Amino acid sequence: MKGIEAFKELAPLLKNEPTVLANGYISREFFNVTDRKENFYMIGSMGLASSIGLGVALAQPQRKTLILDGDGNVLMAMGTLAMIASCAPKNLIHIVIDNEVYESTGKQRTLSHHIQLEEVAKSVGYKQALRVTRPEEIQPAYKKLYQAEGPVFLLIKVEPAFDSSQGRVTHTPEEIRDRFMESVAG
Amino acid sequence: MLSSKTFIEQLQGSGFNFFTGVPCSLLSGLIAELEADASLGYIPSVREDAGVGLCAGAYMGGKLPVLLMQNSGLGYSLNAFTSLNLIYKIPVLVIMSWRGCGGKDAPEHVIMGEINEQLLQTSGMEYAVLDESNSEQVLATALQKINVEKVPYTLLVKKGLFDERH
Ligand SMILES: Cc1ncc(C[n+]2csc(CCOP(=O)(O)OP(=O)(O)O)c2C)c(N)n1
Ligand SMILES: [Mg+2]
Repeated sequence: MKGIEAFKELAPLLKNEPTVLANGYISREFFNVTDRKENFYMIGSMGLASSIGLGVALAQPQRKTLILDGDGNVLMAMGTLAMIASCAPKNLIHIVIDNEVYESTGKQRTLSHHIQLEEVAKSVGYKQALRVTRPEEIQPAYKKLYQAEGPVFLLIKVEPAFDSSQGRVTHTPEEIRDRFMESVAG
Repeated sequence: MLSSKTFIEQLQGSGFNFFTGVPCSLLSGLIAELEADASLGYIPSVREDAGVGLCAGAYMGGKLPVLLMQNSGLGYSLNAFTSLNLIYKIPVLVIMSWRGCGGKDAPEHVIMGEINEQLLQTSGMEYAVLDESNSEQVLATALQKINVEKVPYTLLVKKGLFDERH
């Protein structure tokens, strides 16, 4: 499965959940599949999508909050998994697009071929952690986790297949913040 | 000496309502006060940059966050400040201990102590040095920077300002 296929499965399931997206191709590709004001496209600060998402989830405990993360991003900030588990926001769903590479910088390998990130999440104390490898598994897994008490973790294994002719996020950082904050407050 | 309890009350009085950090002995009194009141919900961060991310999310979710760190954590956080807070205009109040100030400290603190102010200045991070008589005034400036200019604001804390509890 390609990353874009995973995004096309996920996109129709999203309602108004604040969604924090990791930098690089993850933000870019999801922007091209479905641009919504609830998307916080993190263009720098690699590794921090998870802590930003945790902050949103804690500030807005009644809103389901999503993190769309990458394997390289998660490995850079593995300690944040422990913070998420210990703060235990019931409303947080952490989704990882795991292509086993830093695709955005030229497909250099990460460590996630050997390290099962969903096992790491489980062992630090996420309430549930699932791994899916086929597109048809995504919707049932997402729906199951959506019903469950968080924090929960969904690892989606994909092949590195980003189409680099796809455009970049066209909103400025301040526009991204303003839209996101309005959607969270509204 | 500035009482940790009084300063926390001033922070709360200014509207700050989300607290996280990575400890420094110079801030141990402050953190003890924060931890003593469960309603303040102090969250231990694993690294300073994770604390920056956490505060950014909390701010966008409607909170007014405070991040406590040692100045060694400024090194870990610079990319977060420059590629997140300063470009998206996401404010946070940073309370940063100034280890190595004046060159008298353990070897690992000397260089950062010397370049601390310059590093903040070159990075475009505005700051004030907190002392025992200016807390109300610097908090007023911090609120102006945070609410109007929407930039991070740092308060540098020298050794001896707050009581240490360790
Ligand atoms: C601190 C830092 N180091 C390196 C980079 C360069 N960089 C940008 S995206 C990226 C890869 C992200 O990897 P992953 O989370 O797996 O997402 P993917 O690119 O595979 O979609 C890297 C290394 C950066 N932006 N910031
Ligand atoms: Mg990757």
